[in-house]
Amino acid sequence: MKITKQEVEHVARLARLEFPEQEQERLTDQLSKILTFMETLNGLDTTGVAPTSHVLDIRNVMRDDEPVACLTQEAALANAPDKAAGHYRVPKIIE
Amino acid sequence: MEFFDQTLHELHEKLKKKEITSRSITESVLGRIRSVDGKIKAYITVADQEALGSAEAADKAMAQQGPRTPLQGIPVALKDNLCTTGVLTTCASKILGNFVPPYDATVVAKLRAEGAVFCGKANMDEFAMGSSTENSGYFTTRNPWDLDRIPGGSSGGSAAAVAAGECIAALGSDTGGSIRQPAACCGVVGLKPTYGRVSRYGLVAFASSLDQIGPITKDVRDAAIVLNAIAGRDGRDSTSADIPVPDFTKALQRDVKGLKIGIPKEYFIEGMDPEVERSVREAVKTLERLGATTVEVSLPHTGYAVATYYILATSEASSNLARYDGVKYGVRADGAKDLLDLYLKSRSRGFGAEVQRRIMLGTYALSAGYYDAYYKKGQQVRTLIKRDFDEAFKTVDIIATPTAPTAAFKIGEKSADPLQMYLSDIFTISVNLAGIPGISIPCGFTKGGLPIGLQILGRHFDEETVLRAAFAYEQATEWHKMRPKI
Repeated sequence: MKITKQEVEHVARLARLEFPEQEQERLTDQLSKILTFMETLNGLDTTGVAPTSHVLDIRNVMRDDEPVACLTQEAALANAPDKAAGHYRVPKIIE
Repeated sequence: MEFFDQTLHELHEKLKKKEITSRSITESVLGRIRSVDGKIKAYITVADQEALGSAEAADKAMAQQGPRTPLQGIPVALKDNLCTTGVLTTCASKILGNFVPPYDATVVAKLRAEGAVFCGKANMDEFAMGSSTENSGYFTTRNPWDLDRIPGGSSGGSAAAVAAGECIAALGSDTGGSIRQPAACCGVVGLKPTYGRVSRYGLVAFASSLDQIGPITKDVRDAAIVLNAIAGRDGRDSTSADIPVPDFTKALQRDVKGLKIGIPKEYFIEGMDPEVERSVREAVKTLERLGATTVEVSLPHTGYAVATYYILATSEASSNLARYDGVKYGVRADGAKDLLDLYLKSRSRGFGAEVQRRIMLGTYALSAGYYDAYYKKGQQVRTLIKRDFDEAFKTVDIIATPTAPTAAFKIGEKSADPLQMYLSDIFTISVNLAGIPGISIPCGFTKGGLPIGLQILGRHFDEETVLRAAFAYEQATEWHKMRPKI
């Protein structure tokens, strides 16, 4: 399927990515080709076939609700690009 | 033969007899890294000080009773998407260029508990997305058999390090062939266990329903030893299976009498390198001579596997990689004017082109209006692919195929066309979709001196039969003893 530059912009926004003008055009072309290739699946009748999200027959794996050792606040924040008072710090979002 | 060129089990025997020390093995490996890694570029991080420290600790511990485990004192390389406490873990991405994990992946903790010596973190395609290491955010690893060629990917650094003697064994991860294809390209052994056999806790996630960690080693016995050490249920990974773990080394017998091998006709296709086809067919004949019988089987949906994989893997990746936002860890871009801008700039500058392309594909496939046409369709075809294998394994014990359609290609040969690159995984991808185990072992060389891989596949949780066939073949041939001249 051929996708449009507008669609690429829309998907980029959803994915929190931004591309320079030139890159957008190249990407539109590449994604169109790959999506067309993916559509070879449409040649296959899958009516009534259950989808597989996962190959193992397991669901709702539970454990006892017992506290175990976990990261300290300091360790959890050690890789943060910016932090303050035990929190991650981000640019102001409310004026 | 230098220590760095020997196998894990050979060195273990020598440690047992106290002929050598972990320090001498580790120094041999670190010396090898110093002399060849400038050419091979297998490592993103060489942990020489940590390695020497661990070696010393291992020697001290072994002084009285000798080694307590087969891995004690043995230098092992880790793919750089496995979290290591206090050691940089980049996933070969700029966005994790400064990430020092506060915890060990379960497999790392298990190897640490066995007394293994970690010599460094191996290069890979960024976030394990690629088949050549050309998508690494740092540099391309070279194939030790031909420096102008790719080592395969995404675990290309791990495979090259094993082949070049820059470690004794390594761990890789395999989402669509990322252990087996580089093992084939570098002439070493690569085992992708059954999905659920090994805990994924601490493996940086790419496509969670497909990812699996496994060994890359110099021979089949080493692969069984490493699998013994890393397999098993883990409370920290709900998808790790609660199934008993056998001693995989017990499966290593020299005969394959009565074993039924399926040869899938869909895997011998036009466009396949005739040298690869000849070597693989020759390997199958060797297995027949050793007592196995072969029968042609059909995996009719093979032709749909690559498309299915790229829908499902990119969808899962787009979700998994949403966490890289420049807030909690990793690199934050400068100059953002607000929070949204911070996300946009950090992600667009931090991710490489292929990762961004896959996030875009996955986001598209999951977006409103397209979900049924792509993602659900992909999941349905996944069911059909899995059924193909279920059906085949009703009549055969293992399936033998080439690991890749060609030997290692030239650096740059496929990097301009993503679709061409995707097709190099054509024989490995179905295995992840079905969740079954698979191994690649050396089965010959092209006239140009490049290694060729034989892939052996088995039933869910039947790594034993896979290892048995691989071992029998290996012991009847000499390919695994070849070492590249660097």
